[in-house]
Amino acid sequence: MSDASQRLDHMIEDVRRGRMTRREFVGRTTALGVSAALAGALYTKAAHAEPKKGGVIRAGLAGGESTNTLDPALAASVVPQVGNAQWGEQLVDMMPDGSVEMRIAEEVSSSPDSKVWTFKIRQGVEFSNGQTVTAEDVMATYKRHTDENAQSGALGIVKGIAEMKAEGDKLELTLEAPSADLPYLLTDYHLIIQPGGGYDNPTAGIGAGPYILETFEPGVRYAYKKNPNYFDPNTGHADEVEILSINDNTARTAALQAGQVHMINRVDPKIVELLKGAPGVQVRRAVGRGHYVFIMHVDKAPFDNNDLRMALKYGIKRQEMVDKILGGLGSVGNDFPINAAYPLFDDSIEQREYDAAKAKEYYDKSGHDGSPIIMRTAPGAFPGAVDAANLFAASAQAAGIPLQVQLEPDDGYWTNVWNVEPFCASYWGGRPVQDQMYSTAYLSTAEWNDTKFKNAKFDELLMAARAELDQDKRKGMYSEMAHIVRDEGGLILPMFNEFVAGVSDALGGWVDDPNAEMMNYRAPSKCWLA
Amino acid sequence: MHPILKLLVQRIALGLLLLFAVSAVIFLGVEALPGNTAQAILGQSATPQAVANLEAKLGLDQPPLTRYFSWLGGILTGDLGKALTNGADIAQSIGQRLGNTLFLAGCAAAIAVPLAIILGLVAARYAGKWPDKVISGITLSTISLPEFVAAYFVIYLLTQLFPIFQPVAMVFPGMGFWAKLHAVALPVIVLVLVVLAHMMRMTRAAILNVMQSAYVETAELKGLSPMTIIWRHAFPNAIAPVVAVVMLNLAYLVVGVVVVEVVFGYNALGQYLVDHVTKRDLPVVQAVGLIFAAVYIFLNMAADIIGILANPRLRHPK
Amino acid sequence: MRIPFSALVGMVLTGGFLFIAVFAHFIAPYPIDAPVGGVWESPSASFWLGTDTIGRDILSRLIYGAQITIFVALASSVLAFSLGSFLGFLAAVKGGWVDQLLSRAVDLVMAIPALIVALVLLSVLPLNLTVLILVMGVLDSTRVFRLSRAVAADIAVMDYVEAAKLRGEKGNWVIFREILPNALSPLVAEFGLRFIFAVLFISTLSFLGLGVQPPLADWGGMVKENKDGLIYGKSAALLPAGAIAALAISVNLVADWILTRTSSLKGGRGG
Repeated sequence: MSDASQRLDHMIEDVRRGRMTRREFVGRTTALGVSAALAGALYTKAAHAEPKKGGVIRAGLAGGESTNTLDPALAASVVPQVGNAQWGEQLVDMMPDGSVEMRIAEEVSSSPDSKVWTFKIRQGVEFSNGQTVTAEDVMATYKRHTDENAQSGALGIVKGIAEMKAEGDKLELTLEAPSADLPYLLTDYHLIIQPGGGYDNPTAGIGAGPYILETFEPGVRYAYKKNPNYFDPNTGHADEVEILSINDNTARTAALQAGQVHMINRVDPKIVELLKGAPGVQVRRAVGRGHYVFIMHVDKAPFDNNDLRMALKYGIKRQEMVDKILGGLGSVGNDFPINAAYPLFDDSIEQREYDAAKAKEYYDKSGHDGSPIIMRTAPGAFPGAVDAANLFAASAQAAGIPLQVQLEPDDGYWTNVWNVEPFCASYWGGRPVQDQMYSTAYLSTAEWNDTKFKNAKFDELLMAARAELDQDKRKGMYSEMAHIVRDEGGLILPMFNEFVAGVSDALGGWVDDPNAEMMNYRAPSKCWLA
Repeated sequence: MHPILKLLVQRIALGLLLLFAVSAVIFLGVEALPGNTAQAILGQSATPQAVANLEAKLGLDQPPLTRYFSWLGGILTGDLGKALTNGADIAQSIGQRLGNTLFLAGCAAAIAVPLAIILGLVAARYAGKWPDKVISGITLSTISLPEFVAAYFVIYLLTQLFPIFQPVAMVFPGMGFWAKLHAVALPVIVLVLVVLAHMMRMTRAAILNVMQSAYVETAELKGLSPMTIIWRHAFPNAIAPVVAVVMLNLAYLVVGVVVVEVVFGYNALGQYLVDHVTKRDLPVVQAVGLIFAAVYIFLNMAADIIGILANPRLRHPK
Repeated sequence: MRIPFSALVGMVLTGGFLFIAVFAHFIAPYPIDAPVGGVWESPSASFWLGTDTIGRDILSRLIYGAQITIFVALASSVLAFSLGSFLGFLAAVKGGWVDQLLSRAVDLVMAIPALIVALVLLSVLPLNLTVLILVMGVLDSTRVFRLSRAVAADIAVMDYVEAAKLRGEKGNWVIFREILPNALSPLVAEFGLRFIFAVLFISTLSFLGLGVQPPLADWGGMVKENKDGLIYGKSAALLPAGAIAALAISVNLVADWILTRTSSLKGGRGG
């Protein structure tokens, strides 16, 4: 066998195991003299190689606590998100390429003004308790998420639905205001379809997903067995799936290298280079819309003063954070939650830089009394959150701002600090479209408005942009909204991160998915043991 | 009444009284923490009416003394209430985790206690000579390392350099005994390192103390070998202090291993408690606190009782 | 009096640590919180021990860390000793209901694990050095109370104390002028062990995120910051760990020597 064909075989094997992207493959095979067309065909064939069935896939994930529940409405961190995605199924889902995939819905259509949307429900899909999934179940699920008592993280999304109607296999949703993005919005991970909407028992863990939940020990472990009646043969390859909650970075990395788990999330950027050198594992990066942030409650002193907020925004060194915290695996932010990964992004907005003089000027103007400004952080707020906070404090202090870091314990951070304390470190996973990102966290009425940002003009623009079908006008509106958040909001956004995962060589089918961590939370059911 | 029996009854009664007092301290101490429980459950946006309703539902509107006795009554009947954070039944959550705690402590004790005593005897036998110095030096180093440092060190050594064990030590119902044993190997090693030194040094010191007594000199004059003297004559008389320090370390293995649990992801009581402390989940803190205190009091009582029984002067009253 | 070699080594090292702690500002080549180099650089001429996770000089952080670690541990041990030995002596001298009350109260506190009490208290109180020292000092004073009460009870029946009491001296006078000087030796040894316990205890609290707050760091906090590199052989986490161990061993060596000169047997981190 010639050297070139041997190398080609290796590359095809890499593709089959999901280790190489299409672009990489085509680039490197054409270098071997293979035509681009043939390379493309080879890639498609290899990438769609028959996945192997059987075995037990284990994931070791950061982001679980012993206070987690199975209620999808309350999921807020990665372990419950991945955990729910195994037993649950949604109406629609995001594809890695940014398009919408039909799941429990089979077809979707809308009225010309995008105000009335009709979903056709797939026939013969069953919940794990044997009940058939009906349009009524979907409707009841969405109704429950609109109920304030359910405290759903998707409330901001579903409350825009004025009327729901289930008829046979059709679900008709009439919106209060037109939205061209509705199918994208409904891919939100909270919106897992439950029998009867989950009204009886939201924490039952019964859904129509690829796996059936066997054991759930909060903050420790989820164990599943395959759902024999699952409708999609391309998902759910292993016989069993286990999700272990491993919050300690060192233990999690060690578990991957020792073969105890097949995949881990949140590889600390500092150790990416070191982990790459380890045998039997690979580091996978997905460029996404996720971002690491410092958030201020604009309704609480001293952060109710926009001059003070601006002082802090000018007091942070963004490029240094990307270099030191992300190890270069990411890009600088500009204090609004949108980057070039979103459609209709305005790249002409001026990049905010560190400017000690301006920061000082704004700080003096704010009339702050000079008492320490407390910023809370925890190692689990995002990877490197403590270091990032220290860097921020150092650069702000250099500009004369008395910024002080307070370290909080990991456990309880998302309950006691985030969305409670007026200034803390946090992260967002990003959303498929701008509308959803803004509706989830910046609309005045959003449940997760974690900067307590209330701006009538902004809300008005958001609603108008939803209905606007002229893409240029829409882009202009989004640009204006970006300016409002950037210059008036409580968001300090130094960097957009990449999703960095560690994956065992024993695993096939990994795809770098920009939508969310762990292949949009579905890695355990979409991968297989090669 | 036989004087020993009388002493024992006294000691047990004292233990129970102490346990009762501790339960009151834990209950009232946790109650006195700042923060409103109902408010904490309902979140920031809760209306005063909703807070009042929930307080009534949880019985928080009753006076503290009434609640204390109903809490105590619940404990005696095995009802520890429900966790505030996720509504899980506390007794059920604790049951399995307590089992895991005792399993880990048991494994560590099964290795550490005999090893510490043997090393202590050897060190006493060769007091001042090189085996004593080596043993003392090594145990001095292990007692001087924080647990988490020892933990990361064994992770590096035994899962990466020599991949023999697993870094994450979770155990589940349905796992076989040997599988469980394999899973907890690393935390057991760390705990043995941590408690070994204290027990070994105490054994050595107690033996050396006894060796100065007249009857040991008599035995030496009889020409018995040093190890026989230590084993037959000195050790039985040094049992009381050794048992006391062993019990203290057993208590530590049950109640003090939070850090080891956190590092190895071991699902036992310590981590469960830490998770709920940080969320102000008071019923859980009270329940676990009481269990830990009960373990401590029971082991101390056991040490005293063994001390009483082992004391020859008390065993054979003149 | 001949001092054994090991105790001499212990004393020299302990003295060295104290010197570094006191003069940290003059010794440290860089500030404690300034990122001056790259991430996890190897030791070099400019950074003798390399740099940490965000490029701060490890040597400088170790030196400032010594100051914080030793200061907090020392302050809390001093507090534990002042409180514990005073109450212990008081209980031994007064006897009766004072003794009973204090002893039972200490039994109560000791029955609840110190780490748990510390976790609960530190999660509701503001996190700063004063609170940290107070919590640790008060919790640790229970152990000192037991020892000093036992030691003082032995001394309190001695003739010279009886004589002082017969002279009509007040309780405080008896405690400070008669008992304290005679109980000093075992208490000094115990002080060493309590100090080490305090060093390990703040390391543990910092490790759990409830100890010293950034950008300040005690050695335990430094281990935590750098631990991710440990399984790849990065030394950044080993250095502060080694420092903790070295300090603990040197103080232990001195305490051991004092202990062998007395017959008291206490210490360890049990309970």
